[in-house]
Amino acid sequence: MTFIDASQAESIQERYPEVFQRSFFKRFAPLLMVISLFLYGIYAVWFFEIPKAISEGHWERVGIYLSQWVSYDVQAEFRLEGDTITPKYPRFSPLGNDPNPDWVKQNSDRTMTVEIRGPSRAVTFSDTEATLTAHGETVRVELSGGKPTVSGNIPSWVSVYDEDVVADMGFAGEVRVEADRVKIRKRFLGWANFIFDPQSPFFGKSMGEVISLVTTGPQIEPGRSNLALAGDNFLNNGEWQHGDVWVKLLQTIIMAFLGTILGAVVSFPLAFLAARNITSSRFVNQSFKRFFDFLRSVDMLIWALFFTRAFGPGPLAGSAAIFLTETGTLGKIYSEGLENIDDKPREGVQSTGANHVLVQRYGVMPQVVPVMISQTLYQWESNIRGATIIGAVGAGGIGLKLWEAMRTNKNWENVAYMVLLILLVVFIFDSISNALRSRLIGKPQH
Amino acid sequence: MTFADSQPQLQSSHDIAESWRKVVARRRMYTGLGLLVLFIGFVGSVRFADESNAGHFFDRLPHLFDFLSWLVPKDWSDVWRALFDIASPNDKGGQEFNFDRGRVYIWGDFYIPEYFELMIITFNVALVSTIIGFIFAVPLSFMAARNLTPSNPLRIAVKRFMEFLRAFPEIVIAGLFSAILSIGPIAAIIAISLHCIGALGKLFYEVIENVDMRSDEGMRSVGASWLERVRFAALPQVLPNFMSYALLRLEINVRASTIIGAVGGGGIGEELKLSISRGFGAKTLALVLLLFVTIFAVDQFSAWLRRRLVGENAFLLKH
Repeated sequence: MTFIDASQAESIQERYPEVFQRSFFKRFAPLLMVISLFLYGIYAVWFFEIPKAISEGHWERVGIYLSQWVSYDVQAEFRLEGDTITPKYPRFSPLGNDPNPDWVKQNSDRTMTVEIRGPSRAVTFSDTEATLTAHGETVRVELSGGKPTVSGNIPSWVSVYDEDVVADMGFAGEVRVEADRVKIRKRFLGWANFIFDPQSPFFGKSMGEVISLVTTGPQIEPGRSNLALAGDNFLNNGEWQHGDVWVKLLQTIIMAFLGTILGAVVSFPLAFLAARNITSSRFVNQSFKRFFDFLRSVDMLIWALFFTRAFGPGPLAGSAAIFLTETGTLGKIYSEGLENIDDKPREGVQSTGANHVLVQRYGVMPQVVPVMISQTLYQWESNIRGATIIGAVGAGGIGLKLWEAMRTNKNWENVAYMVLLILLVVFIFDSISNALRSRLIGKPQH
Repeated sequence: MTFADSQPQLQSSHDIAESWRKVVARRRMYTGLGLLVLFIGFVGSVRFADESNAGHFFDRLPHLFDFLSWLVPKDWSDVWRALFDIASPNDKGGQEFNFDRGRVYIWGDFYIPEYFELMIITFNVALVSTIIGFIFAVPLSFMAARNLTPSNPLRIAVKRFMEFLRAFPEIVIAGLFSAILSIGPIAAIIAISLHCIGALGKLFYEVIENVDMRSDEGMRSVGASWLERVRFAALPQVLPNFMSYALLRLEINVRASTIIGAVGGGGIGEELKLSISRGFGAKTLALVLLLFVTIFAVDQFSAWLRRRLVGENAFLLKH
């Protein structure tokens, strides 16, 4: 290893002054940027009142909403009138019209046991007392005094109020004991009635039963095959609305497809006019470039809102909005691509005496078409995502359905279903366009 | 070269021409088939879109410009009044001309017009999300790049994670958080930031995979740790490109935050949607003008800065 002495170091410093004596700005630019980012961060925290929003946020809802994505609950009420206990289920219970679930047990001593999660988290009740069991503890609730009372010490999972006693059994559910009734909320993992809703004659039947009904069973509805009935019941499932969701998803894809392809067709010739190496008039170049900028800057949202007013809500409005924005975006991309081409093939074709159109066809097109198609595919992908969002303002597609499902704050399982479908579609198109791109450009993409 | 030699060559050049013609014919057939499929798909899509739309294309076409009739204000100076919150003589107590209501007073009589305040909110949402996206995307992208990843399983996991973030619909995140944090711009920030992490991360790791690895070899040879290799070998090469992509993302995020605003994230998008749905001509024009000028200015500024950072046409616009 060699060492350099002071004179050598000086000579290096003399030879490369730009490395050792950089300007003040260059030396401190990173530091200044970090400081300004930090100051902007403080400003943003103040501007959006972030601490206030966080402290006022309903954080307890996060768990509830997220658990609703993958689970559903069943509510039941048990009226305690003398010796008889009558279970009541709400009208649109996921259990159907006449449920007789096996987690509700009639005991021989006229009491009833409802298992929230197996026998370890359960409630047993008669008209005089209720026994809550959870976390290895048992709590007795006295009902005879006209209001529920708990004797002894109260564990943390039980809350005693004036009118009722509430036992929180975690994710599995909740038991609410009142003087004359017991209310149960029991949570099940999964999506309820995903295939047939309780109104369907196929409800509650196993896969094998349904298949045998469809293939060999007697006609359930006269004049209609069981297969057609099952298909109809499935597509018009009241809770999941498969048919409607699929049609809306197809609309979103079609909106993106129509908008992108129309934009590509329109912007392709215009890009030749906007590229300064192909059309020599500066005025024409600039005016088309500014026109593309205009279309992009007006923004998809504004176009969507206008066309929703013009055509009425639906995919036509969305397609038109994507078309105009996309003409601007693709026009910009295409003209930039054209300006980056190699001029030699053009000169070669020109030297053979070919006319203007032929020069473009054989001198320019072979260079730019693969890049153009690959960029167009990128845009189609990103427009599928864009179309989902502008759908929410009424421009058609799955966006509005998604937004409506979220607004009620109850149908999070439907949101999860639609998100899953959207993710699936995006991934499928991602891989299709990746495959097409790598074939066009010739090198493997990521 | 003798005549006898050239005979088979002539034949083979004939063969070459023949096979070339075959190749061209096959390629033409594929192109033609592709275009046909595209055309059929196009016609089918148009019919499908037309049928499922509320109003049909040819029925509505004559009325396409009807909206111009409500959009054109009776008094053009109302547009300026709406933009700068100056009281209008047309104000009869309704919501259409109550321009001076929305003033945001800052200091004494000095106020920011309502729409400028909303535009500032929308722009700040975009800027904050871009910064958050940038901060998270940089470390993630170094983990996801083939040439600099600390471990291969981590690389795959991070890549999938970023793909998931990109594909997840923004409005669902916005909707979830507006249910938790109450409706407002913070939900929009979270939604756009998460998407931005995925989108920037992908662009970033593609840049990193193309860096010159000689400086990394140098760092490795002196026993540098992973962090030091990233900091001193890769970061100086990729930072201009990173900044340039972040600026590009800022353009996209301004649009995204407008749209998210329209579906409940606050800001100028919401106001625009309300004003169009109620048919307030002057207000709509003022909002469109403001939005147009802002987006145009952001685009031009970022294009200028990007040219300075990475030179003319260093990459094409990508989402």
